[in-house]
Amino acid sequence: MLTFDKVEIVQGDFSLTADLLVPAGAKVSVIGPSGAGKSTLLSALAGFVPVTSGRILWNGEDITKAAPADRPLAMVFQDSNLFPHLTVAQNVGLGLKPSLKLSPQQNARVAEALARVGLNGFDDRKPAALSGGQRSRVALARVLLRDKPVMVLDEPFAALGPALRVEMLALMAEIAQERGLTVLMVTHDPKDARQLDGSTILVADGVAHAPVPTGPFLDAPPDVLRAYLGG
Amino acid sequence: MAERVQPINLSTFGGAAVVALLLVLTLGTLGAVAWRAEEVSALSKNDWSAVRFTLWQAAVSAVLSAVFAIPVARALARRQFRGRALLLTVLGAPFILPVIVAVLGLLAVYGRSGIVSDVLAWAGLEPVSIYGWQGVILAHVFFNLPLATRLILQGWLSIPAERFRLAQSLGFDSRDIAKHLEWPMLREVLPGVVMVIFLICTTSFAVALALGGGPKATTIELAIYQAFRFDFDLGKAALLGLVQFAIGAVLALASLGISVPSGHGAGLDRVVPRNDGSKVVDAIAIAVVALFLITPLAMIVAKGLPGLPDLSLSILSAAWRSVWVAVASAGLTVIMALALALLSLRWGRGVEAVGYLSVAASPLVIGTGLFILTYRWINPVLLALPVTVLVNAAMSLPFTLRALSPALRQLEENYGRLATSLGLSGWARLRIVVLPRLRRPLGFGAGLAAALSMGDLGVITLFADPSRATLPLALYNLMTAYRMEQAFAAALVLLALSLTLFWLFDRGGRVDADL
Repeated sequence: MLTFDKVEIVQGDFSLTADLLVPAGAKVSVIGPSGAGKSTLLSALAGFVPVTSGRILWNGEDITKAAPADRPLAMVFQDSNLFPHLTVAQNVGLGLKPSLKLSPQQNARVAEALARVGLNGFDDRKPAALSGGQRSRVALARVLLRDKPVMVLDEPFAALGPALRVEMLALMAEIAQERGLTVLMVTHDPKDARQLDGSTILVADGVAHAPVPTGPFLDAPPDVLRAYLGG
Repeated sequence: MAERVQPINLSTFGGAAVVALLLVLTLGTLGAVAWRAEEVSALSKNDWSAVRFTLWQAAVSAVLSAVFAIPVARALARRQFRGRALLLTVLGAPFILPVIVAVLGLLAVYGRSGIVSDVLAWAGLEPVSIYGWQGVILAHVFFNLPLATRLILQGWLSIPAERFRLAQSLGFDSRDIAKHLEWPMLREVLPGVVMVIFLICTTSFAVALALGGGPKATTIELAIYQAFRFDFDLGKAALLGLVQFAIGAVLALASLGISVPSGHGAGLDRVVPRNDGSKVVDAIAIAVVALFLITPLAMIVAKGLPGLPDLSLSILSAAWRSVWVAVASAGLTVIMALALALLSLRWGRGVEAVGYLSVAASPLVIGTGLFILTYRWINPVLLALPVTVLVNAAMSLPFTLRALSPALRQLEENYGRLATSLGLSGWARLRIVVLPRLRRPLGFGAGLAAALSMGDLGVITLFADPSRATLPLALYNLMTAYRMEQAFAAALVLLALSLTLFWLFDRGGRVDADL
């Protein structure tokens, strides 16, 4: 279980409070108006933005001050998920060992992960030689190898077309299901949230609200969200 | 981000060591020099005239360079012509051109037995003399006119093309365009251009050494050299060093208030075609500047080639020595620049200011200071080459740092979080992310540093004996001995080596670089 225990994040004029629980294995969309602090919430969880007060806990363990790489989560960023100068296999291998000095067994695991996301035989390509969808698959393959209980996605697949995005979200949800991962995904599109079909955290007016079931929530969104969604 | 776990821990140690080294090199040597300076009472009349000449020639050189650059930049901004790209490359070359090579080339054109004097003699007129203040200023304009042209051209191209189209549709003539579009731009750009060139010219040593001298054409740097080398008057060298640093520091501070153009901006290959202005005037401006820049270099090639087979062994070994001094110095520059840039990610940009200190410091002051600090324990002659490597590295650092630091910031912005979230830190982060991603600026910076060091005729003159001379020093010695055929051949070798080193490093950073 992921706990935001009276968390407060203050950056100049901006402030955000979060006091909520996310059950293990939950699929959570984080939604809200631009600038409300969706990404800030996840950045604090990931350890990129300091928490002003309160604690973040995973299964009761305080991770508020842990180094980003030591937290129980794997990140998928909006873009720049891959290093352009490294091959696909190297980019995925970073998920196992940052020094990239991999044993034969570890190399086999890299190949396995690539096969799982449908990129058999792409090992030696550079990201520039991949399509947008393929790049997203590489990022997911790396999440597999990171072997962390929480997957955090900050507006993932934003650069993809609608059909491809549906496909990637489905793959992501499948992987999360197989591994029993907890998912937190920032999105600005209610369709993504509906497809993920779990619960939704609304971030608005400086507060991250506790998760509620996505379907009913989006059927009758609160006023602040309705204005943002446009009807 | 106070609590953010910092990316590269080794940077603290390495960066702090570099900061300490640079502080010792600039302020420490100055302190050593100042400590010795108590032993003399005041600057002599000759010293004061060196100070006056330094400021005067720098001001004249800066203003002349900027004024001559205006029509050239305007012509380049509004005319597309064959060879334009080549001319832009030539305009970038003086930066990595060894000073002493250019001086020799200028001698071949404007010297007593140069082309100009030959023409004058044929017309029954007196030959011109390049030695003295006029030679110093000529050489400074030769080096800085291209810089000024590039900077002003950047200003011209920063005026949006739409404004020129609007001006045309409103029926502006050349005078209107100048008044409403060009003059406001120039008023913004010119102070910075003059400032930069003024600063460069106040620390001029090699030009003054070769063409100046005497009471009327001695710069402070040259006076330091003479005090040290001929009179062994450490107190006077020290006092002059203080004056030099004070001038540099005041200018550096003053330039903070003036926006100084960056000079490395991309996109000079753009032209805004216009139908105003005189094509003839533009053609003349371009022809004159091309002739002015290319003739001296062509003379080096033409007069150097025949002597190449007869180059003496001592010149060849000096060339070899110079190559490794340049490579070592380039390596050191890149390491220092990288360490400073990494440290500035953690400690803020103030750290980088230390890297720019050497702009105000003079290499001869640093050399003198190092001598004062070490001569009791170590034979200065043994230190000649290591000190040259170190000082050249420090002098190239501002340029390399300026190429590297923005690229590193960009890298952190784009990939910092990804790397941190994957647990990439320390050497692994440097090896896997930073070095491969920064290959281009690293190669460019190393190329600049290698070329600058290859051509440097500065601190080496303080210490070296002929058996430890670098190629520029050996070339200078040939010139003062009037062995001109050998000198031209050596100059051609030096020119080729400088350009090749720059090309190799820069190319190394580009080949196969994944963007």
